[in-house]
Amino acid sequence: MCGAIEGGLSLDGVNVAKEAVVQGQVTRGGAPVGNAYVRLLDRTGEFTAEVPTNEHGQFRFFAGDGEWTLRTLAPKAQPIDKKVIAARGSVAEVAITL
Amino acid sequence: MSRENTLVTAQWVEEHLDDPSVVLVEVDEDTTAYDKGHIKGAIKLDWTTELQDQVRRDFVDKAQFEALLSGKGVSNDNTVVLYGGNNNWFAAYAYWYFKLYGHDDVKLLDGGRKKWELDSRELTDEAPSRAATSYTAQEQDKSIRAFRDEVVAAIGAQNLVDVRSPDEYAGRLLAPAHLPQEQAQRAGHIPTAANVPWSKAANDDGTFKSDEELKEIYTEAGVDWSKDTIAYCRIGERSSHTWFVLKEILGQENVKNYDGSWTEYGSLVGVPVALGDERGEA
Repeated sequence: MCGAIEGGLSLDGVNVAKEAVVQGQVTRGGAPVGNAYVRLLDRTGEFTAEVPTNEHGQFRFFAGDGEWTLRTLAPKAQPIDKKVIAARGSVAEVAITL
Repeated sequence: MSRENTLVTAQWVEEHLDDPSVVLVEVDEDTTAYDKGHIKGAIKLDWTTELQDQVRRDFVDKAQFEALLSGKGVSNDNTVVLYGGNNNWFAAYAYWYFKLYGHDDVKLLDGGRKKWELDSRELTDEAPSRAATSYTAQEQDKSIRAFRDEVVAAIGAQNLVDVRSPDEYAGRLLAPAHLPQEQAQRAGHIPTAANVPWSKAANDDGTFKSDEELKEIYTEAGVDWSKDTIAYCRIGERSSHTWFVLKEILGQENVKNYDGSWTEYGSLVGVPVALGDERGEA
């Protein structure tokens, strides 16, 4: 796809040292999915936040230290859960394939 | 109130797209979402510039609200159907706002924008045109809006429901996790507040759970149905969602939304704050 961006969002303007960033990209057959919803669930499975993906299929959360679950919802797809470890001062990149 | 007269389904909206008595209104936290595509005929309300006073921290006044809706082409006798992203957080906030100013017939699209998108229903980028009206608002209905002094007085006396995520309630996060965490106010919650995250009231697709499920969730969390209730979150939008559940779906009397919420309370001098997962003492 012309102009497609692979991987995570730009970190310009983000104070990575103070944040536990979890971000990534949702793709289907190699193409970014721009109309998916990604939910961040805490260690007990409770909802913490949700974002729609952007036109490049990308998403970002500012979490806290620990284990989280990303649940991805998209049209014509079953929800997909993926575990991720976040830590302040680092960026956890997650690739989600529908 | 009950879900029959406060909620409509995506199917109902699709069947009323050309109904001149129905006005669809999109309200999103991401105020650019509408411009990328919206339900046909829907108008946009920008909660940051149109629903908030641009100098003080408060809502627009009655005259400003009248001018806003008149300019958007909304009439007093229209059925206003609100929808938006984030599982209708800001649409519920706008619903509460319309009720605050006395609009009679207002409803939420169950599931909001997400449900509409997950159903692969059509969105358009065509801007609708509506002729201006002369809308008349009522004085603010303060029976559904809580201010800080009554929130402090409610500690240990009324139901306080903190609808933020468990990590925000405990003080481990200061904002919902799609926002940067650097904030000015203290972390924690109002002592004695029960933590019932707004999300417990919604299914993954953003639609509301059944009346029976909803009653059980709040009963289990310790909400005393014989007492008045104040709901709060960080800035008053997620708690509008819970206010909607308690007042409009379950028909509970005397439920208020504290729109000052944690960004106000957590900055107050001299008030008690509880940290951790326990409710704390009065």
